[in-house]
Amino acid sequence: MFDALTDRFVKLQRKLRGYGTLSQQEVGEALREVRTVLLEADVNYKVVGAFIRAVRQRLEEQDITRAVKPAEVIDVALFRELTSLLGGSPAKLELSGNPATVCLVGLQGTGKTTFAGKLAKLYKSRRPLLVACDPKRPAASEQLRRVAETAGAGFVPARDDVVANCLASLDVARRQGNNLVVFDTAGRLHIDNELMAELELIQQQASPEATLLVLDGMVGQDALIQAEQFHERLKLTGACITKLDGDARGGAVVSVRQVTGLPVLFIGTGEKLADIEPFHPDRIASRILGRGDLHSLAEKVSASGNPEQQRATAEKFLKGRFDLEDFLDQLRNIKKMGSLSKLMKMIPGAGQVNVDETEMVRVEAMIQSMTPAERHDPDIIDGSRRRRIAEGSGTSVQDINRLLKEFGQARVMARQLGGITPGRLPRGFRPRRGR
Amino acid sequence: MSPGVFGRGFARLKQALSRTRNSFRRLLDTRDESELEELLLAADVGVAATDRLVDRLRGATDRRAVLEEEVARLLEPGAGPVAAPVEPPRVVMVVGVNGSGKTTTVGKLCRLFREQGQRVLVAAADTYRDAASDQLAVWAARAGVELVASTQGQDAAAVAFDALTRAKSQGFDIALLDTAGRLHTRTDLMAEVAKIRRVCARVKPGAPDDIWLVLDATVGQNGLRQARAFHDELGLTGLVVAKLDGTARGGVMIPVVQELGVPVRYVGTGERLEDIEPFDARAFARALLES
Ligand SMILES: Nc1nc2c(ncn2[C@@H]2O[C@H](COP(=O)(O)OP(=O)(O)OP(=O)(O)O)[C@@H](O)[C@H]2O)c(=O)[nH]1
Ligand SMILES: Nc1nc2c(ncn2[C@@H]2O[C@H](COP(=O)(O)OP(=O)(O)OP(=O)(O)O)[C@@H](O)[C@H]2O)c(=O)[nH]1
Ligand SMILES: [Mg+2]
Ligand SMILES: [Mg+2]
Repeated sequence: MFDALTDRFVKLQRKLRGYGTLSQQEVGEALREVRTVLLEADVNYKVVGAFIRAVRQRLEEQDITRAVKPAEVIDVALFRELTSLLGGSPAKLELSGNPATVCLVGLQGTGKTTFAGKLAKLYKSRRPLLVACDPKRPAASEQLRRVAETAGAGFVPARDDVVANCLASLDVARRQGNNLVVFDTAGRLHIDNELMAELELIQQQASPEATLLVLDGMVGQDALIQAEQFHERLKLTGACITKLDGDARGGAVVSVRQVTGLPVLFIGTGEKLADIEPFHPDRIASRILGRGDLHSLAEKVSASGNPEQQRATAEKFLKGRFDLEDFLDQLRNIKKMGSLSKLMKMIPGAGQVNVDETEMVRVEAMIQSMTPAERHDPDIIDGSRRRRIAEGSGTSVQDINRLLKEFGQARVMARQLGGITPGRLPRGFRPRRGR
Repeated sequence: MSPGVFGRGFARLKQALSRTRNSFRRLLDTRDESELEELLLAADVGVAATDRLVDRLRGATDRRAVLEEEVARLLEPGAGPVAAPVEPPRVVMVVGVNGSGKTTTVGKLCRLFREQGQRVLVAAADTYRDAASDQLAVWAARAGVELVASTQGQDAAAVAFDALTRAKSQGFDIALLDTAGRLHTRTDLMAEVAKIRRVCARVKPGAPDDIWLVLDATVGQNGLRQARAFHDELGLTGLVVAKLDGTARGGVMIPVVQELGVPVRYVGTGERLEDIEPFDARAFARALLES
């Protein structure tokens, strides 16, 4: 996410760290560079102007030209101001009604239906009900039905009378005890009067507690116009920004709050239903500035595995009793959390590292081709077993040799250090630099 | 004068371009060059084309005519639906990022080709998205063409292979392949689409004859990065610019055509079956600037 932006900030910080103290002129240059970086990321120019003024003021208050470690002072100022630009404290989606109701709106193809599924997964304990509100687009209703099935949520198919369908679904929810109802509306242009009127009618009659605008993160400044115009007509509660797993430059995310006053509530970072994150301004600011985001990582880890089991594994590991079975568990846990390279971005300093995911798949295949006894005690894996495993996993004996060797080393290291060092991770787990 | 400037198609194009036209017509109101630059950059036409347009406008008397001519010239190389004749079936693979409008475009193309009297076979080689095959099935039925359906999770390349084999043995004129949306930054998914492409050549040497990228016009500058990545991976033979009705900055095709030399073949102007126009650079430029 926002790799280009992060790269530039990291470079700038590195440069600043090279200075002992900063002259007035050098501070000015640094700020000009920040300005360029933000403008190139397609952040609205007014927003950039206000941001730079705020940072400059903070630096003056702190007497930056006298600071002993100016790079740190600047870093802190950027972090604080960026956090406040992104909305300060996180805005939460308030769900109090019984059932709580959320209406998703936006342009065609921005990711509304997928988002409905992501919300359903996130709020699974509320037994969500997904309501198809697009009777026109081919297979729109069927798509939501499948999404609901994957998310384990209830589903109401589309009907020609969209508003009546919304109202009826509220009864269904009350009857079935669904405590969250999500209206998945058809994509529409904000200039389409007739279709915008339909949304107004949904708002008036079904009174959703929250109306969320789903924006495609790849769209540049145009997203702000969309947001303003939807907001003007509909009184939105907040925005959700999708497709941030690509090379979106981040301009929309950074400017939308300032330009429209709408808080960003969630971001979408992939096609899978697990690829959703609540929007925390401080964490995003931290990631943009290349400091990583350990909070989100920790949350993902605890959400993905049984914490008891995690602790047991850690203990085994520290004692050097870690076997290939534990290793496979870890591999699967990581997969449950989403893509490894995405996770690496949350680790401070590791954001620039590339992880070889195909290698992980191969490692998994190799371990899967082993018997439980072999997994538990890799020492028994002799030549003929190696050939069998290689054949079973579609790899070569050399691959197996390497895995076992590295695994053995990792185990010895773990025993010696009582901890793990990235350089000694088995292949596939080991970060690879560059592409 | 090209035929595209007359008739209903032109009126529809003009209608779809009404917001982008507002942006472009503002160019006629000012002679201030930095203001011109700002307007052009805001319409996503890119730095090179902006410089060229500002340059040509300098000292021009009939500014509208000059602008129209220049825009047409920028977009003209290779533009239009026609492509060199090939041995049937002509295999057209449609690719693009998530939600750009591929499936809808494929549906519209089915109708267009069928109305030209061609026998069309369309294949759901998107085996990832929920209900992707069902969605395409509706379009195929509306357009009255035959469908090769698929189930979720099936190997997309195998679907393409079956479809082409059938198209070839049963004498279809055109085989259209709808593929799953994929972000251009995902190397694994880009490799997957390259594989679909390779499999096509096993059925018919040289296939796909065409690989068209569907660009969402509302996406702005990111469209250029998408086009670069898909072109690098696959060698595009054309663009379809969808959702032209949804934007005020429909200029992104200019840097794509200029930088990559990939021509625009069609534009999408709405969500209905008939909302597609063969691209004609002159008609487009005129629709963009005519009051
Ligand atoms: N890479 C990526 N793709 C996404 C994300 N969210 C949605 N998509 C994809 O975007 C495409 C469109 O998503 P939909 O959920 O159908 O979009 P929609 O807004 O409901 O579309 P309409 O109902 O047709 O207006 C699908 O291919 C999704 O898989 C995301 O965060 N990242
Ligand atoms: N206004 C407008 N909407 C369009 C146009 N073309 C497609 N759409 C809409 O855009 C949304 C996405 O279209 P799809 O055809 O499903 O997009 P796709 O690229 O196949 O999506 P994935 O397969 O998920 O990547 C749908 O709501 C379409 O109705 C167009 O030219 N104008
Ligand atoms: Mg939808
Ligand atoms: Mg599709």
